[in-house]
Amino acid sequence: MTTSDIHALSGAYAVDALDDIERAQFTRHLAQCAECQAEVAGLREAAHLLTETTATEPSAGLRERLLAEIKTVRPLPPEAPTPVESHRPERRRLRGLVAAAAAVAALGAGGAVWHPWSDDSSQGQLPSATEQVLDAPDAERVTQRLDGGVEATLVRSKSMNQAVLLTTNMPAAPSGKVYELWLEDADKGMVPAGLMPDGASTVLLSGDAAEAIGAGITVEPQGGSDTPTSDPVMLFTFENA
Amino acid sequence: MDQIRPLASGPAEEEPLAGDQLGQLLKLSGRGDESAFAELYDATAKRVFGLALRVVRDPAQAEEVCQEAYLEIWRTATRYDEDRGSALSWIFTLVHRKAVDRVRSAEASTRRDTTYHHKNQPVEHDTTAETVQASFEARRVRTALDALTAVQREALELAYFGGYTHTEVATMLDLPVGTAKTRIRDGLIRLRDAMGVGA
Repeated sequence: MTTSDIHALSGAYAVDALDDIERAQFTRHLAQCAECQAEVAGLREAAHLLTETTATEPSAGLRERLLAEIKTVRPLPPEAPTPVESHRPERRRLRGLVAAAAAVAALGAGGAVWHPWSDDSSQGQLPSATEQVLDAPDAERVTQRLDGGVEATLVRSKSMNQAVLLTTNMPAAPSGKVYELWLEDADKGMVPAGLMPDGASTVLLSGDAAEAIGAGITVEPQGGSDTPTSDPVMLFTFENA
Repeated sequence: MDQIRPLASGPAEEEPLAGDQLGQLLKLSGRGDESAFAELYDATAKRVFGLALRVVRDPAQAEEVCQEAYLEIWRTATRYDEDRGSALSWIFTLVHRKAVDRVRSAEASTRRDTTYHHKNQPVEHDTTAETVQASFEARRVRTALDALTAVQREALELAYFGGYTHTEVATMLDLPVGTAKTRIRDGLIRLRDAMGVGA
């Protein structure tokens, strides 16, 4: 994506109308572009004026519940630099995740509900290697979609010899299991490329990505395996192998 | 924003609060001041709930979104930076994001959605009365919206209230991919300039 293209995303960003990959790209751009920061701030003020037209009284119960609940929650200390938004997953959400993991035997069952990108704690703080892969001129992308809106994109840069997995709506691995990532070598077959940390949506693969002809994700016992012990939940084939 | 708020409020209107007052309430909330937070809630709840309701549509879910969002506001109030926008905008950004996350992940899971609807019969919610009581400010916003072209307004509303991505909006409006984001941005710029907010 060229620079002028990315500026044009400011309006869609201001109203949360970017998909996860665009959002990650624009967020990184925003960290370095004062012009876009000012524009986004102004466009957000404008967008939120729309709420004047939809004002609706909530139930009195909401106020009561909320004022009771804040008594149990400690406000966070200030942080510098201040993120505009900070949506860290709440404990309740994490509990939901655990429940979802227990309920869902495998990926694609369409059960778990979780939007990993709602965790904006990564904003402007993605590991630089990941950023560089996503921005690499030779970055190639392969996307796989499963039922239930699960989407995974593998981005590989040959020049950087690295690959990054971006996922959306990926349910947590079943209880006691973990997602393991693999790079497919033409001779050696599937080579371990790391485990997907619980709740992560962006993972930098380990190993020599430049040589790989493909990649895969399997469900493995905690700690991972040396060779896949289950059928892959996703397989990626690089066109530029 | 304070200069465009009506001084006298109609019946049932939210107590108008100047932007810097809201910022002050946020600051006090960050120090654990529960009554400041209650005041902040009272000054914003209708617009916050109205936004969540418009996006997620189901009143029970909209209340959940509101509760999550306000808790987040309480928890992260110290992170609000007045140099980066008004307190209202900070609040609505957070609420909008939560509401959009809710609809997108709900869409990603038909099963949960189905279960949900079995458990929670949608509550009839009469928004007509609220619309009648709409504020003077709402009228100004509606007038400003008239300055948008039909397609700008449609694209903006599908994105903001519908929670759709610009790519989805493009498909829905039979626009070439990539043009919806321009319509959204142009629409927002017109609205911003007409209302004299932001930059």
